[in-house]
Amino acid sequence: MKTKVLAIDDSRTIRNLLAATLEEAGFEYHCAVDGREGVDMYPDVDPDVVITDINMPNLDGFGVIEELRGHGINSKVPILVLTTESAPELKARARGAGATGWITKPFDDASLIFALKRVTGAAA
Amino acid sequence: MQAEVKQTDQEVKHAEHSEFVSFTVATQAFCLKITQIREIRRWSPVTILPHAPADVLGVMNLRGAVIPIYDLSARFGLQQTEASERNVVIVVSVHGKPVGLLAESVSEIISINPDDIQDTPPVDSRNTMEYIQGIISHDDTMVRIINLDAVISAPEQVMP
Amino acid sequence: MSGSIQDTFFEECEELLEATDEGLTAIEGGDHNPEVVNAIFRAVHSIKGGAGAFGLDDLVAFAHRFETVFDEVRSNRLDLDEKLIQLLLRSSDHLSALVEVARDGGQIDEPHHDTLLAALDEYIPEEEEDLTFEPMGLGGPAPMMDLGGLGGVPAKPQEETYRIRFQPLKEMYGTGNEPFFLFQALKDLGDLTVKLDENELPGFDAMDMDEAYLAWDLVLITKEPRSVVEAVFEFVEGLCELSIAGDGDAEAEANALAALDAMFSAPPLPEASLEAAAAAEGEAPAAPFEAPVPAPVPEAKPAAAEEKASAPKAESGKQEQRGGPKPTLRVELERVDRLINAVGELIINHSMLAQQIANLNVSDTRDVETELEGFKNLARDIQEGVMAIRAQPVKPLFQRMARIVREASAATGKTCKLVTEGENTEVDKTVIERLSDPLTHILRNAVDHGIEKPEDRESAGKVRTGEIRLSASHRSGSVCIEIRDDGAGVNRPRVKQIAIEKGLIPENAELTDGEIDNLLFAPGFSTAKEISNLSGRGVGMDVVKNAVTGLGGRINISSAPGKGSTFTIILPLTLAVMDGMVVSVADQTMVVPITSIVETMRGSDDMINSLGADGTLLSIRGNFVPICDVAGALGLYRGSDQQAGVYLLVETETGQRCALAVDDIHDQRQVVIKSLDGVCGEIPGVAAATILGDGKIAMILDPESIIAASPTAAAFDTERRMSNAS
Repeated sequence: MKTKVLAIDDSRTIRNLLAATLEEAGFEYHCAVDGREGVDMYPDVDPDVVITDINMPNLDGFGVIEELRGHGINSKVPILVLTTESAPELKARARGAGATGWITKPFDDASLIFALKRVTGAAA
Repeated sequence: MQAEVKQTDQEVKHAEHSEFVSFTVATQAFCLKITQIREIRRWSPVTILPHAPADVLGVMNLRGAVIPIYDLSARFGLQQTEASERNVVIVVSVHGKPVGLLAESVSEIISINPDDIQDTPPVDSRNTMEYIQGIISHDDTMVRIINLDAVISAPEQVMP
Repeated sequence: MSGSIQDTFFEECEELLEATDEGLTAIEGGDHNPEVVNAIFRAVHSIKGGAGAFGLDDLVAFAHRFETVFDEVRSNRLDLDEKLIQLLLRSSDHLSALVEVARDGGQIDEPHHDTLLAALDEYIPEEEEDLTFEPMGLGGPAPMMDLGGLGGVPAKPQEETYRIRFQPLKEMYGTGNEPFFLFQALKDLGDLTVKLDENELPGFDAMDMDEAYLAWDLVLITKEPRSVVEAVFEFVEGLCELSIAGDGDAEAEANALAALDAMFSAPPLPEASLEAAAAAEGEAPAAPFEAPVPAPVPEAKPAAAEEKASAPKAESGKQEQRGGPKPTLRVELERVDRLINAVGELIINHSMLAQQIANLNVSDTRDVETELEGFKNLARDIQEGVMAIRAQPVKPLFQRMARIVREASAATGKTCKLVTEGENTEVDKTVIERLSDPLTHILRNAVDHGIEKPEDRESAGKVRTGEIRLSASHRSGSVCIEIRDDGAGVNRPRVKQIAIEKGLIPENAELTDGEIDNLLFAPGFSTAKEISNLSGRGVGMDVVKNAVTGLGGRINISSAPGKGSTFTIILPLTLAVMDGMVVSVADQTMVVPITSIVETMRGSDDMINSLGADGTLLSIRGNFVPICDVAGALGLYRGSDQQAGVYLLVETETGQRCALAVDDIHDQRQVVIKSLDGVCGEIPGVAAATILGDGKIAMILDPESIIAASPTAAAFDTERRMSNAS
């Protein structure tokens, strides 16, 4: 079984980068273009891990985390946030909302896979 | 230009036995590598390009594409061909674009051992050295191998 | 579109820059809606994010500064005053320029770059600047930075043994972190032994589902440096008690602790949590965690959880009301073009079929004709549909033009604004692309030569800010682009004088106002006295005119002294098909664009009047019009049995009329335009080619250039001017 990733980012470039890296590494890749779509897609995709951007229209990344965690049943699914800077306050806020970890943009393949590995145990 | 010709020359020499299509232009025998040829069509009247040089006969419709047709004979500085139904248009691809070359008639397909190709002996002709990449002897006839890239320059330069 | 990710990035940049421009224009117009500001922030942020992925440092640095200022605005720490708006507009322009440089290569305007950076910095509070560029508060190298070469890192050759004590706090389980996965990640680094410590586990009755009781003792033997081992626990920092001890390396341990300390005291975690963590260390792990963690843990505080749950809901409810954009499909342009070609073939195929059926000599073809008619209509429908795919709104083009006007205003010290209308008018993509240069030139010209200096405007009783109106509209099968300025208008005496000086017209020429205005388009005409750094770049309006006619369009100018000038560009809706009159000239079939034909007539000998040695005039209802023989202009020779007996009356841009002499006219039909680019060089008198029903190629003529090449018509024009003058 491939590990299912749901990526939520309004930037097509980032989505493509994620898709390229993840599909290459053998992950099953799904994506949503904003927070609202991501939350809506969540039950259907039923991912093993969520990667979400912070700054997005129609529900930002914090909103995504809160809504996913808010359902209570989802306290387990790992959620990684994408942040541009390694700004500590953003990470703290994300974690406060229930994020599992973070990926700093720009990311390279190795750090992306490593982050996923630490929260899903899967390399693919 | 000379250097480029040399290199292509070299490539031809190192190749295995290759197939060439031989044809006549103004009674002289020429040939082109079979892989350079896209198709051979019977001549049909072309549409004249106004103000075109004498060796550009005009344009022809090749399955929806507009392709220029050159008179090889005029291009080589020989007499202009009076094109008729008996003549053929050899469609080749130069610089990624299809181009038609008017020849008198197609003779045959000949198999050439690269080692048999001889360098063009120096002659006092403005075009020959550029346009002919080598010569071979086939059935006691001299067949000239055409350097396509030199004959048809990049499209922009076709008509100054 | 090659489909590479970097291509996608630049495509996306176009859209994001567009969104930025659009937002800024709205702000400039007084719309300070937070969502507008947010949208710009996100757009710039996305550009930065993508640029970072491709290592475009200049772009990242500038976008970062730009974005930070926007962050200040959206946090209400900055007021959007006129000065800031202007700076943001210029920054947005510069951002576009940086994207262009990143995509196409070239040099960035360093002084301008630095000036803008400095100007933006003035709006950024000191600490903000520092914070955002600070790497994570780790003592050692930031782990994420180290990971680039995971697996390929030049690791220390000898192995090290790490003893790791890992005891999660209950908070960790709320974040989706799983000890098991962390261990798996550790296992990848080397030899791992895991021992569960369940001593803290209470009896079953005393067990609290939400508490964390378990701890693990791990031994990892690895060649990886400590930073990599620590990086595994990066996500659970502060959510667990962690100690990593290198075997017999007390110093390293101390360093690690210091590093962890530094990490724990990093700004995000309030100090209290550090104390709490320290306190928890000494007590039972089940001790209630009272410190104010950054956000409440849902299970622990139901009230807070409720609050939180309701907040995003309200927000999302609001968001959902906004109608989403229409679903779209992104398609490679090449595929559309293939389709357009195929449809073109289909239409040609139809005419061939029709012609062959007509040649069959079958007595009753009515049924076939009905079916053929249906075929034709379907082909047209498909064609229109496919063409519509290529059609795009002119909005992005117009937005770029706003930038041109701003730059030109800044360079000339004039104040003008661009007002755009009909931005949603759709035009063929290629037309839009090729309109960019001519429009740029006209607009620069309008700012440079049209709009007056603010003082001059004031003394002329006008408002100080000049206005340039750029509009697009559809007009009976054509697209009309209009550029109207409220400047000084064409300085006709000056224009005429220059034309005389340059020998474009005879000294005693008597020209109408319209004729003088049109001199601007004459080759070799340029009104700039000295080369100004804007429009006087050695290209005149004749280049603009050529570009427009190259698109099968026409350009006109009208001007009123003191009130301004208007350029009108009329373009065909599509470049792929046009209505043409099929004619024959010296045995060749050719096509003349219908748009340029005023009327057609068969001539008789008594209508033809000689003028001088070889000039001929056609008399039409008492008016004399020069005859231009198409065969002669194209260098074609007629056989003895052929003669020009049919005339196409055409009108040029300058309003000059001319009768094109052809051998015969056949019918009027829609033809598919085939470009001759790459087939041959430019041919005077020929615009493009098409394929007719019989499969033959026909040249599509360009009447304007045929007339220009015709000695008679040109001579007549001059003569008329001379005679008007006397």
